[in-house]
Amino acid sequence: MDLSAISPTLLLASLMVSATPILLAAIGELVVERAGVLNLGVEGMMIVGAICGFMVAVGTGSVALGFVGAALGGALLALLFGFLTQVLLSNQVATGLALTLFGLGLASLLGQGYIGIRAPEIAKLDIPLLSDIPVLGPILFQHDLMVYVGLAICAGVWAFLKYSRAGLTLRAVGENHDAAHALGYKVIRIRLAAIMFGGACAGLGGAYLSLVRVPQWTEGVTAGQGWIALAIVVFAGWRAGWLVVGAYLFGGISVLQLNLQAAGVPIPVEYLSMAPYVITILVLVALSAGRSSAALGAPGSLGKSFHASS
Amino acid sequence: MIVLEKRPQPSRGWTWGTPFLAVALTILAGGLMFAALGKDPVVAIRTIFWDPLFGDFASYFRAQLLIKAAPLFLIAIGLSFGFRAGIWNIGAEGQYIMGAVFGAAAALALYPAESRLIFPLAMAFGALGGLIWAMIPALLRVKLGTNEILVSLMLVYVAESILAKMATGPLRNPEGMGFPGSRNLSQWPAVANRELLAGTGMHWGVIAALFAVVAAYVIFSRHLLGFNIRLAGQAPRAAAFAGVNPGALVIICMGVSGALAGLAGFFEVTGPAGQISIDFNVGYGFAAIIVAFLGRLNPVGILLAGLLLALTYIGGELASQQLQLPKASVDLFRGMLLFFLLAVDVLTNFRLRWRSRGVA
Amino acid sequence: MKRRTLLMSGAGTALLASLGAGVRAQDPLKVGFIYVGPIGDGGWTYQHDQGRLAVEEAFGDAVETIYQETVPEGADAERAITQMVLQGCGLIFTTSFGYMDATVNVAAQFPDVKFEHATGYKQAANLATYDARFYEGRAVIGTMAGRLTKTNKIGYIASFPIPEVIQGINSTFLHARKVNPNVEMVVIWAYTWFDPAKEADAAKAMIEQGVDVVMQHTDSTAPQAAAQEAGNVYTFGQASDMSAFAPMPRVASIIDNWNPYYIKRVQAVIDGTWTSGHSWGGMAEGEVVIGEITDAVPAEVKAEAEVMIAAITGGTYHPFTGPINKQDGTPFLAEGEVATDEQLVTMNFYVEGMTGDIPS
Repeated sequence: MDLSAISPTLLLASLMVSATPILLAAIGELVVERAGVLNLGVEGMMIVGAICGFMVAVGTGSVALGFVGAALGGALLALLFGFLTQVLLSNQVATGLALTLFGLGLASLLGQGYIGIRAPEIAKLDIPLLSDIPVLGPILFQHDLMVYVGLAICAGVWAFLKYSRAGLTLRAVGENHDAAHALGYKVIRIRLAAIMFGGACAGLGGAYLSLVRVPQWTEGVTAGQGWIALAIVVFAGWRAGWLVVGAYLFGGISVLQLNLQAAGVPIPVEYLSMAPYVITILVLVALSAGRSSAALGAPGSLGKSFHASS
Repeated sequence: MIVLEKRPQPSRGWTWGTPFLAVALTILAGGLMFAALGKDPVVAIRTIFWDPLFGDFASYFRAQLLIKAAPLFLIAIGLSFGFRAGIWNIGAEGQYIMGAVFGAAAALALYPAESRLIFPLAMAFGALGGLIWAMIPALLRVKLGTNEILVSLMLVYVAESILAKMATGPLRNPEGMGFPGSRNLSQWPAVANRELLAGTGMHWGVIAALFAVVAAYVIFSRHLLGFNIRLAGQAPRAAAFAGVNPGALVIICMGVSGALAGLAGFFEVTGPAGQISIDFNVGYGFAAIIVAFLGRLNPVGILLAGLLLALTYIGGELASQQLQLPKASVDLFRGMLLFFLLAVDVLTNFRLRWRSRGVA
Repeated sequence: MKRRTLLMSGAGTALLASLGAGVRAQDPLKVGFIYVGPIGDGGWTYQHDQGRLAVEEAFGDAVETIYQETVPEGADAERAITQMVLQGCGLIFTTSFGYMDATVNVAAQFPDVKFEHATGYKQAANLATYDARFYEGRAVIGTMAGRLTKTNKIGYIASFPIPEVIQGINSTFLHARKVNPNVEMVVIWAYTWFDPAKEADAAKAMIEQGVDVVMQHTDSTAPQAAAQEAGNVYTFGQASDMSAFAPMPRVASIIDNWNPYYIKRVQAVIDGTWTSGHSWGGMAEGEVVIGEITDAVPAEVKAEAEVMIAAITGGTYHPFTGPINKQDGTPFLAEGEVATDEQLVTMNFYVEGMTGDIPS
């Protein structure tokens, strides 16, 4: 056993990379849930984003365009969900699950010809002086662009929800869609926009897996990370700041598990691999035990279908 | 423009008609997809839906249909209890796994005894395993108000880790050359889940499923519990006024679905699957959610829906082998089925009306 | 015999009777392949499929091949194999250990069809097993790893703690130590044969801890990609050549070459000389091939590797030749003693010098 072999600097840097896909997917889902819609189809949107991003990147040779393609793919799939739940008023839980199933199948089918192909490489940030700072350099300044984009989106969403008028409208729709409708807000339109944003972010998260982290396309490349993203939203109490913490926690655990193994620490692999999920449950319990549901921050209209009766 | 107008009560005609419409639309869209893949759509659809029932070797495939559908029936019936009451048990897969683990562990602890009591004992443990696993989200919801969707879902992954640990550790076959996987339970007569009628695929799991269907039908249509469940789902406030205890309802519904899922897992591990292995679970817990919705949460509907979904599995595998159709296309087909069902479901509760703009 | 087999074999005989009526000697032999993964995985399944293509090329119209990919283990596998029999296959290759019980069951029901199960240990009159001596390849790359490492830390991404994987680890370590007494080997257990994300993470974790040669018993190219990103890390292709990553980081590879074995067995069925048994071929039979050693490897290391390849191929060197002790110090092989196949197939211990434990 050689714990000294684990470098905290590199561990933290890996943690940020590992957390990015779920961070992206979770921040998108946060916006969707704040608008009052529960979209369980994050896994499906992520994997469709992964294959779309991969296809576009391989086709055009540009990773940046790949990410754009991924965002579009995720958004389109989310639009399907939006149409079913907002216009046709279908049950949100069932539709979300159907979306996951459909997305997994669609991605698998689209990806048939792309297994084993290499994607173009993404550039890593290399700021002349900053990147070379001993400890902070690798942690903060040597990542690829998407890590920073993810954090920027989180900051942007936080500011949007807290300070902008549009953000306030969105929150109002999520808290009480009947009241918002009475005030003249276009509930369905706002929700559709939020749903598409959620899909785009999930798509970006999925593309990060297939273009940067693995980087390959394989069936099931998301391996359940979409579900973790859902858990992170609740863990964060629907707040963007805590969402970053949650994402890093989960990203960290899986990276830590492998590092501990490499260092020879004899913790059974299976127990480490179930740790993120157990911790999520514990956090969910702690959150609900701590305060009443109202203070928990769950948007009042989460999961309920809206139908204007007039 | 077309507007949706709420019906005073759900249309009976459409309640039974929507699944047929959904299947018809799926066949259409699926046919287009198969054509886009370069396969003859008619042949593909026929291979999936017709051949297993009436084509070559249909007697073999019909038996396989029942084998595939049995766990779907059991789990979906259990889920329908919760779904009707608005209690979303999404973690049936985890309960299925734990039922198999508990049941197999109980049986293997008594290996190599030959008593007739081993099968019922292990079966009871199987139901217990699923029940316990479902009680975690149930109790958390009742005591602390924690969202059961997420807790039950996270527990699926925990269950998968436990399964892997069991298959490589405590339950591993000591005579298995070090390979992961338990002893083959379907080859041990005391606990094997045998076929009861030659060549029909009817094993104890199918019998249990049929029992469950009948019991569920009786409960929903005649029993007070069924009434309370339906009431809680459709009019929660009325239920509260009527004195329905929401906590007790959660415990009962989650308990029933957990126990049934656990039983399904037990019957699978002692029958078709045969052993505890790392890849034991193949997604029946999630497929059962589709079956439950497709069957409109009604026991008879679930029976039909389960058979239909099992048909897509069996027929899909046949098409995959015979026509070299990618497996993913059949998965997509199933996803489309659920989408169309959810889409046309709107007709049950809403009417389509033409309305010109600008009228108050 | 368990009752289900008894009942099913009745059905099976009836089915076969109808089959037998249609098959004539001059009909092409139908050969079926059951794959555990997609043929595009670039690893295990890809190589088996190459074998299938080699069979098609070698026999032309005398043979017709069909395959089914990504078949889950368990009841689904049994159905898939049975389906192939029903489609008229005379010889079926099931290419994963997890298909063992399924193959045994189907073989029992259809005695006139021949089955070949990869990496298994249960045989029957119509069921043979086959495997390849991968540890011979590991000896070569272990030697290269010992020479190439500058940090004296080499890494191994292992899949499951089964004898085959442990043989690989031991063979690699023994030969790395032989040329480099200071080398340490880090093992990460991924508990999967193919999971690019996990393999990438495992490779990165190792590299971050100072490992500069990464070897694997898992099938994706993710470790190669991770090594390429890190720069100055050596890797070896696993199961297939992975030449897309040559000349660095992939400096050589172990290629599973099933072509000669598959052609030999198909010929045997056509000639009527097929018999059951266990085949364990290695470099001598051409079943384990070392892929092109690139120029990133210094000339003297390359020469050393080539000498070893010639020795193993010629039968003059066996990678497990004593003196070798077990990890706890007890003797395993005396000076000059060569390990028997029996000892290799049951290997469940590390050799002396390895740190860490095999997960139980």
